[in-house]
Amino acid sequence: MSRMKWMAAAVTALALTVGAAQAQEMRKIKIGTEGAYPPFNNLEADGSLVGFDVDIAKALCAEMKADCEFVTQDWDGIIPALLAGKFDAIIASMSITDERKKVIDFTNKYYNTPPAIAVPNDSKLGGVMASDLSDIRLGAQSSTTHSNYAEEKFPDADLTLYPTPDEYKMDLANGRIDAAIDDVVVLSEWLDTDDGACCRILGTLTPDMKINGEGAGIGIRQGEDELKAMFNKAIDAIRANGTYDEINKKYFAFDVFGS
Amino acid sequence: MSDITSAPPQVIQPPAPPKAGWTKARIAGHALMGLWIVAGVALVLFLITSYDAEFYDRYTPKFINGFIVTLQIVSLSLIIGAAFSLPLALGRMSRNPLAAVPSYAFVYFFRGTPLIAQTFLIYYGAGSFRDALDSIGLWWFFRDAFNCVVFTFALNTAAYQAEILRGAIQNVAKGQSEAGESLGLSRFLIFRKIVLPQALIVALRPYGNEIVLMIKGSAIASIVTVFDLMGETRRAFSRSFDFQTYIWAAIIYLVMVEVLRRVWDKLEARLTRHLEPDTSAR
Amino acid sequence: MDQVWTLVSFGDEGWGDEIARGTLLTVALALSTLPFGLLLGFFVALAKDSNEPSLKRAAEIFTTIFRGLPELLTLFIVFFGVQILLRQFAELFVENPTIEINSFFAGMVALGLVFSAYASEAFLSAFKGIPSGQYEGGFAVGLTRFQTMRLIILPQLIRLALPALSNLWLILLKDTALVSVIGLADILRQSGIAARVTKEAFLFFGIACLIYLVLAILSSIVLGGIERWAKRGEAAR
Repeated sequence: MSRMKWMAAAVTALALTVGAAQAQEMRKIKIGTEGAYPPFNNLEADGSLVGFDVDIAKALCAEMKADCEFVTQDWDGIIPALLAGKFDAIIASMSITDERKKVIDFTNKYYNTPPAIAVPNDSKLGGVMASDLSDIRLGAQSSTTHSNYAEEKFPDADLTLYPTPDEYKMDLANGRIDAAIDDVVVLSEWLDTDDGACCRILGTLTPDMKINGEGAGIGIRQGEDELKAMFNKAIDAIRANGTYDEINKKYFAFDVFGS
Repeated sequence: MSDITSAPPQVIQPPAPPKAGWTKARIAGHALMGLWIVAGVALVLFLITSYDAEFYDRYTPKFINGFIVTLQIVSLSLIIGAAFSLPLALGRMSRNPLAAVPSYAFVYFFRGTPLIAQTFLIYYGAGSFRDALDSIGLWWFFRDAFNCVVFTFALNTAAYQAEILRGAIQNVAKGQSEAGESLGLSRFLIFRKIVLPQALIVALRPYGNEIVLMIKGSAIASIVTVFDLMGETRRAFSRSFDFQTYIWAAIIYLVMVEVLRRVWDKLEARLTRHLEPDTSAR
Repeated sequence: MDQVWTLVSFGDEGWGDEIARGTLLTVALALSTLPFGLLLGFFVALAKDSNEPSLKRAAEIFTTIFRGLPELLTLFIVFFGVQILLRQFAELFVENPTIEINSFFAGMVALGLVFSAYASEAFLSAFKGIPSGQYEGGFAVGLTRFQTMRLIILPQLIRLALPALSNLWLILLKDTALVSVIGLADILRQSGIAARVTKEAFLFFGIACLIYLVLAILSSIVLGGIERWAKRGEAAR
């Protein structure tokens, strides 16, 4: 070949390799989670993060070919931390609600489970209607849809808010509160452990769309439409190719995606 | 009889007149004042632009409730602590080891450890001792977070107040109690009528400081689920994500502390009006 | 009793190493805050001592604010507020900036601001306790203002302010416990985690209190030594 043709070929080859290298450069995404909400996200004693949320996050990152790093953050400060740029996405069982949509944006949901009420085994409470639960001490984690639900639906109960689920579980076990409200899966998982042997589920509650939202989604800052689209595509992908079902089966006996 | 052991009255020099022209200090001073003014204006603008009628409707009653709870915590702790501080101070000054040692240990513990650690110890500790407390019939008290908080704060301020009282009592000139003895008064009467009133005047300023510290320390109650002013602020922020909740809380606390300080200064001025003017450095 | 020893031991089973790490963090936080607080407090005291009314007023506003706000509130405002402010500021220049205010730094700044407000009062009364003859003597010998400050005033200042500053150091040690609320793994937070997991709240919080007491005792010993060193020039009374 003539000199010119060699040059052209060399330049094209170079361009292609550079292009390929660029395509392989993985997008870095920092994911914020709580680490105190088993079985969805929990910090093990050795410092590793485990749980449904964590596995889903890892699967999504693999699907998006992104390099994901996890950051733990206390629940109360998780949205301000997202807004401050500490991480790029919240995957911590955060329900998609209109109230939260005022400050952050959400992807589509990745699961949806109803709330429930747990009580000590010897509790005299009859049911989960507002009338049954008036004048009792009710506990919930602060800044959650469950605490909002309790404030709206059980206004006659004496509501106590706790920074982490561990603390309301402790107070339910030692009798400081008469009942606790949280996700039915979280409560059931706790009741199966030794610490939860003290208590039982009183009943499941009917979720209110306005309070509980459409389910748990991934929280991202407003205006990050590209990231939102990437996540949504990945969620659809893992639903379609069976990865979601695999992770679902690992933790639960039923389908958590919900309707 | 004039007291010849006191120092001759100090000549109070008038302060030096400020230098004319733009010295470095003047530039710095005006620059910093400018900064404060800008910050203040920015704050007010922020509050105005984030004005949301719904926010105020929803959270004003809650903030008022929180404020009342804070006042309740502070006043109950201070009064109970004051009552307990008197025997504690006497114990500290006693020569009898049975009284002196436990008092010393108590005061050392409560002044040497953080208030938040003490609060956790009693609040969570009571929770873990539920059965034991049940059996001695005290669980109903410690069940309530408000009670745990007032209990801890009262013990804490009792320790600090005991030291203030002790320092003040020991500061009253020995001649006062000797004069009382020479008049044939009983020890109790000397203490009550001569020493204690004078001690309380010396103790006024540190007492005022202790009240301020208790107002500031009461914010810790919010960490153990009590809905005081700080607790309501955190709850409001966690639902609205509006930073003005913290600004309003800061304003309310600052106003509380400043009002108290001014009232206390006036009280001190009035109660010490019979004494020589204090020319010492402040 | 055996069980208690296992719980507190170092290694996998026990929480001893977590709490020891927490202790290191507490001491590190207090020691890092100290120079910042002392320096700032010194300058604020200088401002309050000056003849220039605007400077005095500016310094007084500073101390009123930071002595009047609850430390917990200052901590939250610094932690949440400054992050939001910096991010909004940076957004003017860069798209999607990552400003991360580390909890340790937020704790240091908040505690330092509070410490400096109280320290300025201590320095101010120390300033007032140094006779003006000392400054005049310095000028008479031909030293510049800076040299006078460094060689003559400062040593006396330290001696006069030391008791008040020692007290403030002990208070600072106790105030570091508040950073457990913004997620820093100090003594209190680690004991809290241990207490939560093992359900032995009284044991672990009791240990935390004991550690604070030990730190206070150690500090008193060191401060006593410093006080003796500062007073070495004084004649015996």
